[in-house]
Amino acid sequence: MNSAIDHATSPINQQLSSEGKISILRDIVRIRRFEQAALKQYTAGKMGGFLHLYNGQESVAVGTISLAGESDHIITAYRDHGHALAVGMSMNECMAELYGKATGCSKGKGGSMHFFAPDKNYWGGHGIVAGQTPLGAGLAYGLKYQGLKGACLCYLGDGAINQGAYHESLNLAALFDLPVIYVIENNGYSMGTSQKRSSAFKSCLAERADGYNIAWDTVNGEDVYEVRAKTQVAMERAHEESRPTVLEISTYRYYGHSVADANSKKYRSPEEIKQYQEHHDPIVLWRKRLLEEGVLTEDQASEMDKEAKAEAKDAVKFAEESPFPEPKAILEDVYYEVDQGTEAGQTGKHFFND
Amino acid sequence: MRTITYRQALNEALAEELERDENVVVMGEEVAEYNGAYKVTEGLWKRFGDKRVVDTPISEAGFIGMGIGASMLGVRPVMELMFWSFAYVAFDQMINNAGCVRYMSGGKIKCPIVVRGPANGGTNVGATHSHTPENFIANTPGLKVICPATAYDAKGMMKSAIRDDDPVYVMENTKLYGESGEVPEEEYTVPLGVADVKREGTDLTIVAHGRAVITALKSAEVLAAEHGISAEVVDLRSIRPLDEETILTSVRKTNRVLLVDENKPFCAVNTQIATMIQEKAFDYLDAPILRLNAIDAPAIYSPPMEELQLPHPEVVIEKALAVCK
Repeated sequence: MNSAIDHATSPINQQLSSEGKISILRDIVRIRRFEQAALKQYTAGKMGGFLHLYNGQESVAVGTISLAGESDHIITAYRDHGHALAVGMSMNECMAELYGKATGCSKGKGGSMHFFAPDKNYWGGHGIVAGQTPLGAGLAYGLKYQGLKGACLCYLGDGAINQGAYHESLNLAALFDLPVIYVIENNGYSMGTSQKRSSAFKSCLAERADGYNIAWDTVNGEDVYEVRAKTQVAMERAHEESRPTVLEISTYRYYGHSVADANSKKYRSPEEIKQYQEHHDPIVLWRKRLLEEGVLTEDQASEMDKEAKAEAKDAVKFAEESPFPEPKAILEDVYYEVDQGTEAGQTGKHFFND
Repeated sequence: MRTITYRQALNEALAEELERDENVVVMGEEVAEYNGAYKVTEGLWKRFGDKRVVDTPISEAGFIGMGIGASMLGVRPVMELMFWSFAYVAFDQMINNAGCVRYMSGGKIKCPIVVRGPANGGTNVGATHSHTPENFIANTPGLKVICPATAYDAKGMMKSAIRDDDPVYVMENTKLYGESGEVPEEEYTVPLGVADVKREGTDLTIVAHGRAVITALKSAEVLAAEHGISAEVVDLRSIRPLDEETILTSVRKTNRVLLVDENKPFCAVNTQIATMIQEKAFDYLDAPILRLNAIDAPAIYSPPMEELQLPHPEVVIEKALAVCK
C-alpha cells in the first residue's frame, strides 16, 4: 500500500524549500560524477586497493543525511564515498585520499574505505563488515551521556545483518535506549551472493528488529521523499524518545561489490542492471520530479551536471598534483600522546623499528 | 605505610578517577549491582550510580565496540573484561577499531578507552579462560598494554591509563588480586613506559612482568640464600610503551640475563626483549640469554599439572643456574 502514499506531502518534505530540493539533486549528481571520475582513474591504475562504488545508491545517503542537524552523527561501512560527500566533505580531499596523497582526508592513510570528517560529525568509513555497528551504538551512547538531543545514523549493507556485532548492537541499543538509527542499505547482494542465498528472513531484513523490540520500517530508496519521510520518523523517535530504529532502504548498485569484483557480471544479468538504470535511477527520478514540480529547469539540471563533472575533473587534477606523504608520516597519527608530544607520549619506547 | 590488596588498589584507582572526571564511565559484565565478578568494582555503583557504573549484557563485541564509539565523542569508558580471554570475541573492535581508527583517519580521532581485567593462567579454569594476550596487543601499533604486578603499580598505572588519550589495555591477574602491598594514602600515579627494578642484584638480571615478577622475586631469594647468586629483578610493568633503558642498564651491570614470562614461548613478550638485548648489549653478555615461558601447550586443567606448566621458582632457579654456570 506504501506505493499509494505520496511522501511529498509529509511535513518534513512540505518544509523542504525549492533550494533544498535542488541541493539534494546537486549532491546526488556530485556523488555520481565523483565516482565515475574515480572509476576512470582506478581503471587507469592510479590508485591502490579496492574501490567500492556507491553508484545507484546515492539517494539513500543524500536523502537521510539531508535531515541531519548539529548533534546528529553519521557512520558507515566501506562503501563510504557517497556519505562523505553528502556530509560536506570536498571532492578534492576525497579524490586525493583515493590516490594515497598527503592532501587526502586521511592524509593517504585510510584509502577508499576509510574517509573521516569528525568536524562534520562523520566517523567513517569502516572496512570490516558490521564492525561499525557497535561504534554507531557508542556514538549514540555518547550523545545520550552528554545530554545532547541527537541521533546516530549508522549505515550497513544487507550483507552485514548476519554478523554478530550487528545483533549485539541491536540488543544494546534497545536495552540502553540509544538514539541510533541502523540504516540497512539493501542493494540485494552480499558481495556476489544474493539476499536469498545469504539471509534467512520472513518478509524483509529489518523485521529482525522485532526480536529486540526495536521499531523498523522498509523504505523505497529510489524515492527521495520517501527516504526523508521515513527517516524523519526515526529521527524524531531518536530525538524525542531516545529509542533506536532499523530502516531497510531498498536500493541498487550498478557496479560490482568493488571494481575488482571479477564476477560482477555473472551473478546478475545485464538486463537487471539496465532495468534499474532506466526505471529506478535516483538521479533520473528526482530530476524528473523536480522538473514536474517546476522547481527545476532542464537547463539548470544540465548546468548542474556540467558543474559536477568539472568539479570531479578538478579533483582528479588536485589529486594528481598533490604530493604523496613523506616517509616519516608512516609513524605519525599512531598514538595521540606521541603526536602531541605529551609527557606520556615521551615516556618509554612506543615504536620498535630500531 | 598502609597495606592494601591489589584488588583494593584497583578499586581506589577507579573510584578516584570516577570522582575526578565526569566523563569516566566504568562498564562491563556484573560490574555494577553484582559488585564485580572479582569484586574489583565493589561499592562503585552504590557510590556513583547508574550513569557512571554500568552493567552490560554478556556481549563483549557489542559493549566494547560501544565504548570505543562513545570514546570518539569524548566519553572515557573503562571497560571490564571478566577474563581477558573473552577479548577474543571482541577482537575486531579492539584491534581494527580502537587500534586503527586514529591512524586511518589521519589523526582526526582519538579513543581514550581502557579495557581491563584479569589475564592469567594458574586457576584451573581450562585453556579458554587462561590466555595471556599481552604479546598480541603489543604487536598492534596504536594500542598500549600494561601488566602491573603489585598493588602500588596497579593503582598508579590504572590512574595513568584512564588519563591517557590512547587506548590502554590493562592486564591484571586473579592470582594477584588478594596480594597485599604498600600503597600510600595520598594521590600518586605511575607513568606507563617505565620499568621498575624490584630487587637489586649484581650477578644476573631477571626480566619479568605480571605475576612472573612475583615468581622471579621468590626465586631470587632462594638464589641468594642457597646459591650465593645476587639476582636483579626488573619488572617491565608496561609492555608497550616499553622501557628499554632500565633493562639495558641492568644487563650492562650483571652481564647475564634470564627472561621469565607467563606467555607461551612463540613470539612472547620476552622474545622481543631477547632480540633487543642482543642487538643493543651483545658485548656485555657473558652467557646466552635464556628464556622461560609457560610450557608450550594450551593451559591444562589438572591443578598440579597447571602449576608445572607455568614458570615457578624451581624452574626459574634451574634456568638461572644455567645462565650463571
